[in-house]
Amino acid sequence: MAEEIFVDNPDKALTVTDSTLDEAIAKYPFIVVDCWAEWCGPCKMLGPIIENLAKKHQGSIVFAKLDVDSSPQTATTYGIRSIPNLLVFKDGKKVGDIIGAMPEDKLMERINAFK
Amino acid sequence: MYDIIIIGSGPAGLTAGIYASRANMKTLMIASSFSPSLITTTDLVENYPGFPDGISGFEIIERFTQQAIKFGMETAEADVTAVSPTSPDGPSLWKVDAGGKTYEASALIIATGTQYAHLHVPGEDEFTGRGVSYCATCDGPFYRGMNVVVVGGGDTAVQEALFLTRFADTVTIVHRRDRLRATGILRDRAAANAKIRFEFNSVVEEITGDTAVTGVVIRDVDCPEKKKTLNAQGVFIFTGNIPNTAFLGSLVECDDAGYIRVDENMRTSTQGIFACGDCTAKLLRQVVTACGDGATAAFAAEHYINDLKGTSYGEWNRSQ
Repeated sequence: MAEEIFVDNPDKALTVTDSTLDEAIAKYPFIVVDCWAEWCGPCKMLGPIIENLAKKHQGSIVFAKLDVDSSPQTATTYGIRSIPNLLVFKDGKKVGDIIGAMPEDKLMERINAFK
Repeated sequence: MYDIIIIGSGPAGLTAGIYASRANMKTLMIASSFSPSLITTTDLVENYPGFPDGISGFEIIERFTQQAIKFGMETAEADVTAVSPTSPDGPSLWKVDAGGKTYEASALIIATGTQYAHLHVPGEDEFTGRGVSYCATCDGPFYRGMNVVVVGGGDTAVQEALFLTRFADTVTIVHRRDRLRATGILRDRAAANAKIRFEFNSVVEEITGDTAVTGVVIRDVDCPEKKKTLNAQGVFIFTGNIPNTAFLGSLVECDDAGYIRVDENMRTSTQGIFACGDCTAKLLRQVVTACGDGATAAFAAEHYINDLKGTSYGEWNRSQ
């Protein structure tokens, strides 16, 4: 898979991997990384919501997706024990995580608490 | 205005949807997007006829859904907040509030299933998602080379314990009884699996850890002072279920545990409301029994509606 080029104001969820996550965290001041996998049912429910939010919040919050199967190192680095797991990074540092699928409004409430 | 509104989107509700739609009933399924059927978290269903190699719970639901939609069933994604009769006198129509909208139907089929019971022990809520899990298929792969504990002794607990042996070094089943309740073939597989250990006559007292789970304190059910700490990075809890029926209030009669009482035609104590699947009081809660219930509920609801409309066909009568 060709690696994603990190544009300035993405209007969709980016794809990040073990090797590009750090670059994305460094580039975007506020980024939410959805750690997911094909075998995870709740992840599939969250997927479309993340896409939707990426479009809605273009210019203020960047959303990205990381497949924990092809990028296992990130799960180890951040001690992920359950997915879906949204890692929230602000100014290059992890400021929190949100575990489990939830409706869009509830999810935004949790994300905004880290802003 | 619908003929039938089905609340819940598991095997029971979807089968009811297939039967109702094929009977030309105008049918709506209201599905909660964030409390999906528990079967979707089961990695392998191998006792549903027709799939000799087993099928994942997620795929079963996808197939059932396709089938129901193919026959015309409509769907809405929302959580139901209230169910009430449209007029106080006669329950000829039902009103369902969900996601800020109100839907009406002549008959309701409740197929809301159950959710996993919690242990209510210290550490459980604190470490949920950080070692405490209710879904082995979602979280199992994060426990490669680790030690995990499975709490419970029924089919789900043992099936998931077996699944977890693919990843974990050891899987310890903690069960309050002196033997497993799970079906014979699962018991045999668990006994034969070198990674699985058992702590019988034991209950979890506390889940301990720092940023994530590091151990599970268990105690003997007969002598509570006999305790030990199991070294574990994960705890998977499968100790039973709670029916999703609280939203109905006192609308239909339930047993003490909250399961809806139905007759052999899936009729509840309230005319026009039918129930099927795991949320009903019954002996065996399986995909195959849920499907059977769902078909019966849809058929009974169809006849109830035809009776209301005065177009009943055949021997059916409401007081039967």
